[in-house]
Amino acid sequence: MAGAGGGGCPAGGNDLQWCFSQVKGAVDEDVAEADIISTVEFNYSGDLLATGDKGGRVVIFQREQENKSRPHSRGEYNVYSTFQSHEPEFDYLKSLEIEEKINKIRWLPQQNAAHFLLSTNDKTIKLWKISERDKRAEGYNLKDEDGRLRDPFRITALRVPILKPMDLMVEASPRRIFANAHTYHINSISVNSDHETYLSADDLRINLWHLEITDRSFNIVDIKPANMEELTEVITAAELHPLQCNVFVYSSSKGTVRLCDMRASALCDRHAKFFEEPEDPSSRSFFSEIISSISDVKFSHSGRYMMTRDYLSVKVWDLNMESRPVETHQVHEYLRGKLCSLYENDCVFDKFECCWNGPDSAIMTGSYNNFFRMFDRNTRRDVTLEASRESSRPRASLKPRRVCPGGRRKKDEISVDSLDFNKKILHTAWHPADNVIAVAATNNLYIFQDKVN
Amino acid sequence: MMLSKGLKRKREEEEVEEEKEALAVDTWWLDPGHPAVAQAPPAVASSSLFDLSVLKLHHSLRQSEPDLRHLVLVVNTLRRIQASMAPTAALPPVPSPPAAPGVADSLLASSDAALSASMASLLEDLSHIEGLSQAPQPLADEGPPGRPIGGAPPSLGTLDLLGPATSCLLDDGLEGLFEDIDTSMYDSELWAPDSEGLKPVPEDGSGKAEAPELDEAELDYLMDVLVGTQALERPSGPGR
Repeated sequence: MAGAGGGGCPAGGNDLQWCFSQVKGAVDEDVAEADIISTVEFNYSGDLLATGDKGGRVVIFQREQENKSRPHSRGEYNVYSTFQSHEPEFDYLKSLEIEEKINKIRWLPQQNAAHFLLSTNDKTIKLWKISERDKRAEGYNLKDEDGRLRDPFRITALRVPILKPMDLMVEASPRRIFANAHTYHINSISVNSDHETYLSADDLRINLWHLEITDRSFNIVDIKPANMEELTEVITAAELHPLQCNVFVYSSSKGTVRLCDMRASALCDRHAKFFEEPEDPSSRSFFSEIISSISDVKFSHSGRYMMTRDYLSVKVWDLNMESRPVETHQVHEYLRGKLCSLYENDCVFDKFECCWNGPDSAIMTGSYNNFFRMFDRNTRRDVTLEASRESSRPRASLKPRRVCPGGRRKKDEISVDSLDFNKKILHTAWHPADNVIAVAATNNLYIFQDKVN
Repeated sequence: MMLSKGLKRKREEEEVEEEKEALAVDTWWLDPGHPAVAQAPPAVASSSLFDLSVLKLHHSLRQSEPDLRHLVLVVNTLRRIQASMAPTAALPPVPSPPAAPGVADSLLASSDAALSASMASLLEDLSHIEGLSQAPQPLADEGPPGRPIGGAPPSLGTLDLLGPATSCLLDDGLEGLFEDIDTSMYDSELWAPDSEGLKPVPEDGSGKAEAPELDEAELDYLMDVLVGTQALERPSGPGR
């Protein structure tokens, strides 16, 4: 597959041109640590877009409905609700601070007028209910408009309270708190297709919860060795199958994925399938294991495939073939020669996420210098785009970027040494149905749409 | 801690100096046929990479709650480098990491015995920590036999971590830097030297501390002391 940043043909179909739509967040050069976005997630309909940040806050944007009086705002995302999900905590027993950073947000499928999401930090998962209030009851019998109780002897007639409209108020309230089940840092949560259970995974264990029950969970995977000195591998991500409620996968720091079937046994320490690509001996190095460590695993919407992200590539696997992936896409192969420097500055430990588009025909993942990459699985074409304020004029088309791996730099190319490794795009999300993408660049959230939209 | 940070920064600068030389030969460990290989004597890059990895391990261990993934990846990389630096000429340039238990010994044989011993006991202590913190957790016993999330009985090993967890730093000779800091908290009999598992050169070379079991009453007393001590010595800044 093309490495450094493909041709000028955007991914996702023919004649697809990605355009800037919106950017959220402060413009300051000085980025407050708390404002750094740590997770981005569309809900099932795509009407809501949630972000979590290092300060423990969740911001939810809602897509505007079509409005004849403001045609240009169709499809725009505006703030719907903001709330503090997690606070910093202090574990007195271990003398440790527990970060309030939101590691993951996952929406529940909508079942009534309210919206529900799960948000988690390193230790505690919370179920939040986001509901609207746009009516107010007036004309109570027992209390007057101020809320003061009326003297019962004064009440001579009964009336039916009537509902009057009021300014929309969106309230977020914590409905469940799932705590004290993880010794190590939670890296993943995943809602089951049964809409009743979900899993949470930390470095060494995976637990299964019922959404209604907070005081217990079932441990379904435990890779903690009896002797911690023998620890050589940790769990890096986990996800439940989108259709089969008994199947889940988890990835490891050694570049392997295990698929487990909860019907086989209550404790899924023995996998049903084991996905690992044999190491290519010609590219073996001291850093082979680190760069093979999987930072994200995502099932396709169809449930037939799954995608894994390691440091340099994205791989698509057919669930029926464990021996090797069916596709490998190079994200930034030009970094392979810089692994020592990237190890030295810890960039090699960065955890990039990846995502599918609605039809599973394209995949997207982030890179450095605020670049992100999209791969079209059908046309085999890929493109590198940039999330930057410079190209953020309304509906401006994004120009494909190219990175020059070495040697002579052509015009409009950027050399590897000029890349800004502090500008990382770790979190991206794709609307479940439309060609709308959300890209988190440090403390800014960019929303791009295709021109057709 | 400000002082130790300054010292670390200085060492990192030295490291960066070495790395600047290494950058020019960044690709030496790729395919031996690669043109860049001819430029660098392998031993030099390997040694600075080893030092860098040890530094990273040190830094990782110094965190109040180490990032397990980072720790494991650095340790595994260190083992690879360690193995390749072994005097055996028969070893391939980049051997795959040998089975874990045997490697621990070769790690210990290196000049960084103190570090590897403390790493080993730190990882051991993490499991003791877990035992203690999960004691109040209700067990999931009924119904489908999921594994109940109870802990092992709490043991004295926990205290090793709560105590001067960075004693490995002090043994490097930096102890003098902390002379003006009030360490009376550490002078109480709770932190008796023979209960510490982080002494640098254990007799059997395994770095594990043998810890007596505590009963409930002792545990309650210890927790009272700890909570009381924490109230006195609440850290003012983030120690992340």
